[in-house]
Amino acid sequence: MAVTELPGGEEKMVFDLTEEQRMIQEMAHGFAQKEVLPKAAELDETSRFPEELVRQMAGLGLMGVAVPEEYGGAGMDNICYAIAMEEISRACASTAVILSVNNSLACDPILSFGSEEQKRNYLVPLASGNHLGCFGLTEPGAGSDAGSQKTTAVRDGSHYVLNGTKNFITNAPQADTCVLFAMTDKEKKHKGITAFILDMKRQGVTVGKEEKKLGICASATASIILEDVKIPEEDRLGNEGEGFKIAMHTLDGGRIGIAAQAIGIARASLEDALAYAKERKQFGQPIANFQAIQWMLADMATEIDAARLLTYRAAWRKDRKLRYTKESSMAKLYASEAAMRASVKGIQIHGGYGYIREYPAERHFRDAKITEIYEGTSEIQRLVIASALLKD
Amino acid sequence: MRFELSGEQAQIREMVRSLARKEFAPKAAEIDEHSRYPEENLSRLAELGLLGMLVPAAYGGSETGAVAYSIALEEVARGCASTGVGMAVTNMVGDTIYRFGSEEQRRRFLADMASGAGSGAFALTEPSAGSDAFGISTVAVPDGDAYVLNGSKTFITNGSRARVAIVAAVTQKEPKKQISAFLVEHGTRGYSCGRPERKLGLKGSDTVSLAFEDCRVPKRNRLGEEGEGFRIVMTALDGGRVGIAAQAIGIARAAVESAISYARERKQFGQPLSEFQAIQWMLADSATELDAAGLLALRAAYRKDTGGSFTREASVAKVFASEAAYRSCHRAVQVFGGYGYMREYPVERHLRDIKVTSIYEGTSEIQRVIIARDLVRQGYR
Repeated sequence: MAVTELPGGEEKMVFDLTEEQRMIQEMAHGFAQKEVLPKAAELDETSRFPEELVRQMAGLGLMGVAVPEEYGGAGMDNICYAIAMEEISRACASTAVILSVNNSLACDPILSFGSEEQKRNYLVPLASGNHLGCFGLTEPGAGSDAGSQKTTAVRDGSHYVLNGTKNFITNAPQADTCVLFAMTDKEKKHKGITAFILDMKRQGVTVGKEEKKLGICASATASIILEDVKIPEEDRLGNEGEGFKIAMHTLDGGRIGIAAQAIGIARASLEDALAYAKERKQFGQPIANFQAIQWMLADMATEIDAARLLTYRAAWRKDRKLRYTKESSMAKLYASEAAMRASVKGIQIHGGYGYIREYPAERHFRDAKITEIYEGTSEIQRLVIASALLKD
Repeated sequence: MRFELSGEQAQIREMVRSLARKEFAPKAAEIDEHSRYPEENLSRLAELGLLGMLVPAAYGGSETGAVAYSIALEEVARGCASTGVGMAVTNMVGDTIYRFGSEEQRRRFLADMASGAGSGAFALTEPSAGSDAFGISTVAVPDGDAYVLNGSKTFITNGSRARVAIVAAVTQKEPKKQISAFLVEHGTRGYSCGRPERKLGLKGSDTVSLAFEDCRVPKRNRLGEEGEGFRIVMTALDGGRVGIAAQAIGIARAAVESAISYARERKQFGQPLSEFQAIQWMLADSATELDAAGLLALRAAYRKDTGGSFTREASVAKVFASEAAYRSCHRAVQVFGGYGYMREYPVERHLRDIKVTSIYEGTSEIQRVIIARDLVRQGYR
């Protein structure tokens, strides 16, 4: 079917936020405006990891928004998570991605696939923000083709021995814990991939030097090199061969976070451009009076609205345990591309000032670009969506 | 937030879907080819209570609300776009008479409209007043127990069929221009219709000009207060835009569904078109944009049902849905290649039909003006 239909239910459709969702919006907005936004330019300029903000966010329960309270999280729903992501990202996209990786890519797979013991040992510190997590899937030779893992895990008694290199890993330099993927059976291709929970302090784990990036400069991105790293069997996540499924499941959720991050960047682009357009005078009047500028503003707002609804829908389906692979791909694809368009318009409205680092518009543009790439490129999202359409 | 329909809304969807698929879709090409008004389709809609969906049962309506109405209209337009717009205008006129009409006016007009005994038309546009709706020049001058209307209206959907038209006219020019709304009944002396317009698409819909020559409209037919007309027509358009968004989604959906089945069947280079990423991309983009459009339309309808202002939401839904739907229909023709250009397949009709959705009930440009004005005044909400 060309259009995803809303299911019929017992209750009525609602397009208003719940009390809890409104509360977290207010809280995250307040925190982001007061604590995060004033630092965003400096964080970007100096590529500094915002350790103090991460600590503060942990105090607010933002490191494990949708993780049940018994496992150290805030016990809220995934729309709350998307809302929190958007608000933090609106202030600083780098800070937001640190949050998103911890919530979606570290906590969620352990919550969904971990044993009770793993949840106690690893999830509780991650969700409460005492530890920071990262996600080791991408390799130099395995980007969109995530199934072609070169990292190996060889069984040795009650241990596995891991060797290989992971690439472009967000949070790697600061992370305590990594949800990591390695090949346990090459013959089986992607069905031979297994997931592990890696304590980053284990012997043989080296973090490469931090990448210099176009944007999200304050988030740390580095490679992880594994040389004969011994991981005990208890730290295997799920069964042998289940890794690819776990990775894909995890990315479905992660895409909700990235969609929300993109919406935050788009909103920053819009709100900054709107404020500028009302102040800046040319030809004797504020440029907001000109239709050329109004068109850009209207399109940004319209597309942000659309992206938000797609994102909330995916989050709602995740909470309801309905299938949401296609829906989260749509949200991620649309939100990231809308953010890119919004950030270009944001610069254009600022004119020359938009190109200058004194104004935030050029940072939004640099930050927006990554959302079309990580956690599945736009091209991978379109593949996922098309295959769902053609399967129906 | 809850992204599901009520049981009743889902039932309405199923009922209308089956009606549109069995009875409307098979005739849509013929209706288009002969520019034939789909009278029998409108009668079926009336029988099922689908022409008075926004009108309470006490006045003969089915009172299902704007969400159910949007869903139903999408399904009807998916079968036949021309039938969809006939349905949209009558519902919108009924809604407006209910909201602004006197008790007597409601009793006199609404039941007939809902039962299909008389459809409605909305006469605002004039030859020189399109997007600049406030610039209308049709005048209404009080004279005893009536107003005397002079002027002309253009591009009026349902114009020659309507039992009653909501007509906007100027009741005061100086010092401040004032517009009032009137319910003008078919057959009133001095009220006449021009011949049907020939159009790019939506050929089964009835589009005519209206002329008023010393047309006496009784005072009891004034809708709302004198001078309230502009507010009335703008409110009507807010609701109408939700309908047009739904219509656009229905049309585009038909196009994309045809494109998907064609892409599965058609083989080139030894494999189905659907195996090529170039084709997959087009399908994925259309589906994504239409999903977003659907959510925006439902949100606007939900806001309308729950009260409060939904002007911005309606404009956002209308501009996004009509433009996304246009892109989707355009891509569908592209997926069909040469066949898509031929009348033997439905997608060229969908492309012709969809174009008007970014024009009528406020062009895309007007929607952007509304959205931008709201942004400048209130910020992004």
